[in-house]
Amino acid sequence: MSNKILEMQNINKSFPGVKALSDVQLDLHRGEVLALIGENGAGKSTLMKILTGIYQKDEGSIIYDGKEIAPSNTKEAQELGINIIHQELNLMPDLTVAENIFIGREPRDKLKFFLKNKELNQQADELFQKLNITLNPRTKISKLTVAKQQMVEIAKALSFNAKILIMDEPTAALTDKEINTLFDIITWLKNEGVAIIYISHRMEELKRISDRITVMRDGEYVATLPTETTEIRQVVSLMVGREVTIEQKVSDPNKFTDTVLEVNHLTNHYIKDVSFHLKKGEILGFAGLVGAGRTEVARAIFGADPFSGEIKVNGKTVTIKQPVDAVKHGIGYLSEDRKRFGLMLEMTVKENIIISSLANYSTAAFVKPTNIKTDAEEYARRLKVKTPSVNQRVKLLSGGNQQKIVIAKWLLKDCDILIFDEPTRGIDVGAKQEIYDLLEMLANQGKSIIMISSELTEILRLSDRIMVMNEGRVTGELLNQDANQENIMELATQHN
Amino acid sequence: MSTLTSNPSASDQKKRLVSSGALQQILAFASLIILVIFFSIASENFLQWSNIEGILLSTTVIGILALGTTFVIITGGIDLSIGTGMTLTSVMTGVFIVFLGLPVLVGIIGGIVTGALIGFISGFSVSILRIPPFIATLAMMMIAEGLSLVISGASPIYFSDVEGFNNIALGSIFPGAIPNAVVIFFIMVLIGWILLSKTIVGRYTFSIGSNEEATRLSGINVKKWKMIIYTIAGCFTGVAGVIMASRLNSAQPALGMGYELEAIAAVVIGGTSLSGGKGSLIGTMIGALIMSVLTNGLRIMSIPQEWQTVVIGFVILLAVYFDMLRKKDS
Repeated sequence: MSNKILEMQNINKSFPGVKALSDVQLDLHRGEVLALIGENGAGKSTLMKILTGIYQKDEGSIIYDGKEIAPSNTKEAQELGINIIHQELNLMPDLTVAENIFIGREPRDKLKFFLKNKELNQQADELFQKLNITLNPRTKISKLTVAKQQMVEIAKALSFNAKILIMDEPTAALTDKEINTLFDIITWLKNEGVAIIYISHRMEELKRISDRITVMRDGEYVATLPTETTEIRQVVSLMVGREVTIEQKVSDPNKFTDTVLEVNHLTNHYIKDVSFHLKKGEILGFAGLVGAGRTEVARAIFGADPFSGEIKVNGKTVTIKQPVDAVKHGIGYLSEDRKRFGLMLEMTVKENIIISSLANYSTAAFVKPTNIKTDAEEYARRLKVKTPSVNQRVKLLSGGNQQKIVIAKWLLKDCDILIFDEPTRGIDVGAKQEIYDLLEMLANQGKSIIMISSELTEILRLSDRIMVMNEGRVTGELLNQDANQENIMELATQHN
Repeated sequence: MSTLTSNPSASDQKKRLVSSGALQQILAFASLIILVIFFSIASENFLQWSNIEGILLSTTVIGILALGTTFVIITGGIDLSIGTGMTLTSVMTGVFIVFLGLPVLVGIIGGIVTGALIGFISGFSVSILRIPPFIATLAMMMIAEGLSLVISGASPIYFSDVEGFNNIALGSIFPGAIPNAVVIFFIMVLIGWILLSKTIVGRYTFSIGSNEEATRLSGINVKKWKMIIYTIAGCFTGVAGVIMASRLNSAQPALGMGYELEAIAAVVIGGTSLSGGKGSLIGTMIGALIMSVLTNGLRIMSIPQEWQTVVIGFVILLAVYFDMLRKKDS
C-alpha cells in the first residue's frame, strides 16, 4: 500500500469567462496534515469542490487510493471516504446531534418507514465513544456552540469511514481553548491514518498543525514546502507573488490636515474595538481578507448594524442609529453588492440618482419632474455615465456605469464622506480604471473616502493610508509609502 | 483527548425554553385554558355539554386541514389550496356516490384520493417546477375552486338519498356520546403525530425546513420528499372534505374559500414557525381549539360576528409576533 492516498494532477477548470484552475496539482499522504493556502480567489475552494464532487473538473486526473476517481456529487465522495467540513457548517439546526449525523442513513424497521430512535442514539453514542468525544446525541444542534457543531461534523465525516478530511477555515469561529481541543482531535485523526487538508489563513496555526504546505495563486499551483523548514515570510511571499509589479500611489501624508471623521472603539457582534480617523480629501484603504470585518465596520458607521462606541463628524459626536442619521451627517455608503443594496434595477437612471434626495424635489407629496431630469442629467454627465438617456432602466447598464449611478446618488445628496465597499467588484478591467480616476477626482475635490477592497493592488494604488483588519479587529495601520503586499498580507493574517 | 461536556448556564436554559418553541406551545395551551375559564365565568352556558360538543365539532374541519398543512409549513412552505381543495374533494365524493351511484366507502376513498392528487400536483409544482409554494398553491386554490363549480354545475350535490352518509360525521359509534367527526379528528391527530415524530417522513419534513441545502447535500432526495409531504397534506384535505360533506349532508361547491387561512392561523397559533423547521401537531390541535373556543365564546357572549373576526385577527398578530421573537432569539 502506497503512502500516497491522493494525487491530483493537471486539474483544469473554467467557468464562463474565467479560468478558475489551470494545471493544478496536489498530493496527500496518509496520516498527514497538508495546509492549503492562497489569497482569496486563488482557487483553493474550487479545487476542494472538485475533489468532493460539488464541481466536475474539465481536465486532469484524480488518483485516490490507487484508483482514478471522478465523484459526481458529495454523496459519492463521502462513500469513497472523502469528506469536507465547510466553513459554513452544513447542519440542520432543528434536528438533534444523532439525527444530523445519520441523516439519510437512519436505522429503520423492516418497512424502512418507521424510525428506530433508540438505535439511532445508541449508534451515535458508540461513535462518540470511539472518537472519545462527549456529546449528547439527543441535543438539538441549535443549542450547541460552533465548536461543538464542528465536532458533530467531524463525527459525521468519520462515521463514513473518512480517509480524507478537508477542513475549510475550521478555527475561524473558535476560541483559543476550542482550537486546542480541535488540534487534539486532528492529531488523533492523524494517528488513525486519516489524511487532512487544512485550509486556513492563520499562518501561525499552519506552523503548529501542518506537515506540509501547498501554496496556490491565481488558480495555479505555486509550491509545496515542508512546514518544519519553512518561514512564514517565505510562504507569504509565495502567496502574494513577487513578480507582480504594481503602481503604487505617491502620497504626501502631510497634505491632509482636517479630520472629518473620527471613530473610537467601535464594537458589535462582528467587530472589536475599531478606532481610526479620516481626513478631508484623503482616501483611506481598508485591507484584509474576506470576513475580516471591514464591511461590518462600514455598516456600523452607516447605521445599518447596531454598535457601541463613538463616532465624530467634523469634531462633533453624532448619534447614528439608522442609515437616515448617517446620511444626515453626510455619510454615504456604496455596498459591495450594489445590485442588492445599492440600486433599484427596474427603475431608471434618473429615479435612482434622485432617490435619496427626493425630498429636495418635492412640495408636499408631489414630485416636481422638471428639475429632476436636468439635475440627473448633470450628474450623469459629470460622472461620464454611458447611457442613451436618464430614462434608461439601470438594469440595462454595465457594472461600471451602475456603480457610477450609486456614486451620483450620494453626490447629489451632498455626502462628503463616502464609503466604497469593493468599488470595482464585478466591473471589467477598462471600467475599473474609470472608477479609479473617479475616486481620485472626488478626493481632489475634497471628498473624504473610505475604500474597502480585497485587491491589494487596488489598495496600494489608491490609498493614502491603509488600515488592515483581521477577525473583526484592526491589526495595523500603514502609510502608503511604508506599505507593500507582503506587510499588508502579514497583518491581514495576524491572529491575536 | 478531547472532552466536551455540556454545562449550560441558567440563562442558556432560559434562552432554550424561548427558542425551542416549547414556550409558545405552553403559551398556547395556557391561553386555551384561560379562554375556557374566562368564557365559563362569563356565561353559564359555555360549559354545557351540548356547547362543548359544538365547539369540538366546529374544530374538526379546520383542525384536520390544519394538521395536514402543518407538515407543509414545517418544510418552510405554505399551502393555500387546502380550502377550495377540500371543496373539490367534497364535490368528487358527491360525484362518486350520488352521480355514479358507487358505494359510500368508494366515494370516501375517492374523495381522499382527490385530496391526495391535489396535494401531489402542488408538490410537483413546488419541487419539480420550482414554483414558489405561495404561487403554486394559489394557482391550485383557483383551479380547485373552478373545478368544483364546473363539476357540480355550480349547485350543491345533496346526499339526502344516501342512507347513513350524514352519520359519518354526525353519528356516534359510542351511542349518545361524542360525534364521529370529533373522533376522526383525534384519530387524525394521532396518525399525524406518528407520521411526524416516528417515521422517516417526519424526520425529512423537519430536516428540509431546518436547512434544505444541507439536507440535499446529505444525499436526501429533497424533491421526492417534498412531493410526498404535500401529498400527505392533500390526504388530510381529503378527509376534511368528506367530513364537511357529511356534516352538511351535501357538497357545497361555493364553500371553502378562506378555510385555508383559518387553518394556517391555527397552525401558527399552535407554535409552528412559518420559517420552517419547527412545529408540532399537538400545537396545531391546540391552535385549532383556540380558534373555535374563541368564536364560540364570543358568540355566546353575544359579541357580533364582525367583532369576532377582529378579535381572531388580533390573536393571529400576537401569535406571529411570538414567532418573530423566537426567530430573533435563535
